Amino acid sequence: MKDQIIKILGFGILILAILGALMYFGIIDEYTTNILTQGGIAVIVALSLNLISGFTGQLALGQAGFMAIGAYTTAILVMRLQMPLYFAIPLGGLMTAFFGLLIGFPTLKLRGDYLAIVTLGFGEIIRSLLNNLGELTGGAAGLKGIPQFSEDMLFVSLISFVWVFLVMLVIILMISNLIKSSPGRALLSIREDEIAANSMGINVFYYKMFAFTLAAFVAGIGGGLYAIVFGYLSPKTFEFLKSCEFLIIVVLGGMGSIAGTVATGFILTYLQEFLRFLEDYRLVIYSLLLILMMLFKPAGLVGIIEDIKGWYRKLREGKTVNKGGEIR
Amino acid sequence: MTILKADKISISFGGLKAVTNFNLDLQARELVGLIGPNGAGKTTVFNLLTGVYQPTEGQISLQSRKEDALKLINNLKPYQITRLGLARTFQNIRLFKDLTVLDNVRIAYHFNVKYRALQAILRLPSYYREEAELEQKALELLRIFKIDHKSQELAKNLPYGEQRKLEIVRALATNPQVLLLDEPAAGMNPQETQELMHLIRFIREKFKLTILLIEHDMNLVMGICQRLIVLDYGQIIAEGTPAEISKNPDVIKAYLGEEVASDA
Repeated sequence: MKDQIIKILGFGILILAILGALMYFGIIDEYTTNILTQGGIAVIVALSLNLISGFTGQLALGQAGFMAIGAYTTAILVMRLQMPLYFAIPLGGLMTAFFGLLIGFPTLKLRGDYLAIVTLGFGEIIRSLLNNLGELTGGAAGLKGIPQFSEDMLFVSLISFVWVFLVMLVIILMISNLIKSSPGRALLSIREDEIAANSMGINVFYYKMFAFTLAAFVAGIGGGLYAIVFGYLSPKTFEFLKSCEFLIIVVLGGMGSIAGTVATGFILTYLQEFLRFLEDYRLVIYSLLLILMMLFKPAGLVGIIEDIKGWYRKLREGKTVNKGGEIR
Repeated sequence: MTILKADKISISFGGLKAVTNFNLDLQARELVGLIGPNGAGKTTVFNLLTGVYQPTEGQISLQSRKEDALKLINNLKPYQITRLGLARTFQNIRLFKDLTVLDNVRIAYHFNVKYRALQAILRLPSYYREEAELEQKALELLRIFKIDHKSQELAKNLPYGEQRKLEIVRALATNPQVLLLDEPAAGMNPQETQELMHLIRFIREKFKLTILLIEHDMNLVMGICQRLIVLDYGQIIAEGTPAEISKNPDVIKAYLGEEVASDA
């Protein structure tokens, strides 16, 4: 298990170095850099949703709301209190976690789909609050001129990308370490069978709260990064469709798969830019993708990759594989 | 010494009285069978004892491991009752299907694990130490049931008989004093049932367990239980040794209907 950390870190830093170098020498242009940064943020928030929905099995539809709390808290701390970014972003995350605790407490005691409904409503409440809080949040016009990661206009994109990528790496490590541990298995057991988990001595409510609060924290961090990277916030950014986007990323990547969420997060963010000429029809394509995936491959991208691996293995081993070969 | 006691517990769902005035006095190391026709309320009794349902009347108490006294467990949640040493299996197998056999067992150990999420995320030494220990313990337990070689398979891919066994392993991993088995032999062939009988005897000795089991297989029940409780329409209609029960006219009536067979 020790080598898993090294694998993730090594692989991540290698990719970061390559991409960073390509960006530095202008082989990857600023436009693409910005898309990659955006993809990183989408991955962070989608990972947080995966923690609740993929690993713990509770459907939540308000991730954009959490992201908004993190984004606005960070922005306000930086702009009004001149707080350094490295404090403001974690504080934004903590603030979001607090809200997660607040709405998780009454909802997670209930069974079934109540969480989905409450989180959906919560996202909308946050958005209309942001619209109406006047001076503090800038209302519908939003907040402008949030200080960015660097004042150097030449390298701000690159620096933003590096920061987002590093935070993403840390969060990937955090979640994958958590899942491969006893508390992580407690979360999985809740997804698998709540009644059995309870009978095995797992405090189901506590662990749901834990997953939900941690997910809120991560989404808040994602929001904070968003605020700093783009330097501009508007309530419109965090509408319900944004929450859906994260859900689409998680489902297409494969519920409960970290690698799937990371890959799909970047792919979909790129696709979004690529398909910009289609305007709102993009959503039709997403929905179609989602329906097709649910029909033919509910395991998502990860399932497809597993299939391809299987075919490849069969091809390589040729016809010598007997039917019993797979079963030890 | 009484280890699990139910005092006139009843529960009704709406107007239906599922269980009425159920009494139980389980002595330490006893092996008792709970039998009765379909729909008699046997599983409901289990659900009451394990905290899935709360009794509308009556009291349930469990011998606490720490103090030398019976502890009232009426209003405790299932996970709290499990932690006090009362574990169960389910009639309609409730394994964590998409997890490995090993993970299924490790989850049952969870509440005894000392490291917390933070130690796990930071991968501190306590994490590695306890995880290694945990895997060892889980594999040992699986070895008793001869399914340790399948530890990396998904629970849903095990054959039916082994799924039943895994349920028992998982319950044992919570380190119980009392084990409730809900139809452990359901769907097993006679040979597997025989094997299961030996296993139940074996674990009872090895883990010093008190066992209460629901079972329809009369060979198994008569073969291993010291005492039987017969339930019909939510009420106890008879109690006694297997020999007594098999001659009890009320029991025969409950199982076979009004006409009492001449020599059942």
